[in-house]
Amino acid sequence: MLNRIIAILVARNKEFVRDRGTLAWNFILPIFLLVGFSFMFGGDGKALYKIGVLTGEKIDIKEFQSDFLNLKHIEQVKYTDLKSAILKVDQHKIDLLVDFANKQYWINETSSKGYIAENLLLAKHKDFEVQKTSGKAVRYVDWVMPGILGMNMMFSCLFGVGYVIVRYRKNGVLKRFQATPLTAFEFLSAQVLSRLSIVLIVTVILFVGSNLILDFYVLGSSFDLFIVALVGATSLISLSLLIASISHSEELVGGLLNMVSWPMMFLSGVWFSLEGAHPYVQQAASVLPLTHILQAARAITTDGVALAGVQSHLYILIAMTIVFLSLGSWLFDWGSERT
Amino acid sequence: MTKTDELDMTVINNILEITNLTKKFSDNVAVDDISFVVPKGKCFGLLGPNGAGKTTTIEMLEGILSPTSGSITYKGRKIDHDYHQEVGIQFQHTSIQDFLSVHETLKMFTQFYNETTPVDELIKTCSLENILDRDTRKLSGGQRQRLLLALAILNNPKLVFLDEPTTGLDPQARRNFWQLVNRIKKQNKTVLLTTHYMDEAESLCDEIIIMDHGKIIEQGTPQELLDQNFDGVVISLPSETSIRLKEANIEYLENNNRIEITTQNTEETVKMLLEKTIPITNMQIRSPNLEDLFIKLTGNQLRA
Repeated sequence: MLNRIIAILVARNKEFVRDRGTLAWNFILPIFLLVGFSFMFGGDGKALYKIGVLTGEKIDIKEFQSDFLNLKHIEQVKYTDLKSAILKVDQHKIDLLVDFANKQYWINETSSKGYIAENLLLAKHKDFEVQKTSGKAVRYVDWVMPGILGMNMMFSCLFGVGYVIVRYRKNGVLKRFQATPLTAFEFLSAQVLSRLSIVLIVTVILFVGSNLILDFYVLGSSFDLFIVALVGATSLISLSLLIASISHSEELVGGLLNMVSWPMMFLSGVWFSLEGAHPYVQQAASVLPLTHILQAARAITTDGVALAGVQSHLYILIAMTIVFLSLGSWLFDWGSERT
Repeated sequence: MTKTDELDMTVINNILEITNLTKKFSDNVAVDDISFVVPKGKCFGLLGPNGAGKTTTIEMLEGILSPTSGSITYKGRKIDHDYHQEVGIQFQHTSIQDFLSVHETLKMFTQFYNETTPVDELIKTCSLENILDRDTRKLSGGQRQRLLLALAILNNPKLVFLDEPTTGLDPQARRNFWQLVNRIKKQNKTVLLTTHYMDEAESLCDEIIIMDHGKIIEQGTPQELLDQNFDGVVISLPSETSIRLKEANIEYLENNNRIEITTQNTEETVKMLLEKTIPITNMQIRSPNLEDLFIKLTGNQLRA
């Protein structure tokens, strides 16, 4: 059985590598998007100073009655948890964090805006004690990077598997395989492993390559990120196999793949955060595999969360994989039965 | 000899036994309650025009299509998953994976089977030496069919299915392919062939079945069938003579843009044509062949 799976896997990988056009496109598009976004959103672009204010659970910011907070062009953000608030300073998401109750503040030494904000604070509160932190800023490109790599992974998994299987079915390649001892399970397993190896290699190369140019902010473990990519890609390939199992024409499979990929493009948080979106939109997004892949990946890159912290997303992706693969194997048709 | 012994002998002599086989697609009955046996070690031909049901029949025998009713037994047992380890199949319409060379394709398919013929031997049998490194997308029709034949026999099968293997090939490539099939026959393999080329069937098949509208209309060895159905020769005339023949009330058949009259007495028929002043310029006299038999049985020309 293993021999047959490996034979199909190797043949499919050779087909992918030798199809130069497809191979090039898999690398060019995401690099183009990442570099483009780093230029477009590279500048600071913010007019306000963002000041984090550490409060107790029930204390309103207004109770501090600080002249500093009443200054123009100051945006206040309330934090109740010191650790997560300091992380925001580390990441340059806020320019200063102030604890009025204990008369201390935190500043990121590498932040130019933090320096200005500090001087504004000290002009009003000379007796406040400084706590210094350091850390790179989380730019938009750092935030969007998992989105773009995830989107590329999604298109590669969905269209790279779905279209290929329907093409094989239409031109009789599947029928030729059916005439051998190869089983549907072996064929589908080989397709999953082939596309998984291709997608992971492409994603790792893209990540490492663009990291050399853009120096991404990755707080968590790269290995954890790889596991999220592995589990996520498997679920997307399984979804594609399910769609390919029930499609007999390129037109139908194209329509069905677009029907699942476009909602993921817009609702899974590839380009913008879903935090402020309508609850219905957030609920709809939660049934899409890419949403869980991106939420897990961003939790690792920007919040430094370990695998245990994103296990709920991983469990959902694994459950989706089991459902998609089981249905796909059950409904799989070699294409020989005419109606 | 006991009944069990008789059964064993039948199983030994017949590699395939088909009983009351029927296949329906919606309301269309493609194969209609046919029964026959395929003897071991012979080249067995399924002949018929398009839509006769021969490809549907062969695909059921290959285990690719499931019958609506009826049974197929291979060496006395029902077709199971191991069947594809023991048979070789060349489809009428099929493709192979892109971007692979001929050699890579052969190597890939050898991984599917428990036992295979050595690749070098296969290359020699199917004359693939000069195209081993060629991308399968760049093969000519004849080269492609040779590769597909190699794939069909690489598991050293006892039974080989060839579904219209020479359709679309030029005459030279067809004759080269026949040589390959004859090589396979010499290895004592059973070959089940469908074709609409009568010369191919006459050249390769030891026994044939003629199908039309999903039914078997004749079965036997080519010579037996010709002897049973013809007693004489065929006089062939240019098609322009048809009007004069109609006027003279002489029965004829049309075949390949010629008029054909079957007769037991050549001299008398020619004499009658001359008496009725029917021109015999470009007249040909030949023995009847399978194509004549098919026309006689169905009233149709065999067609692709």
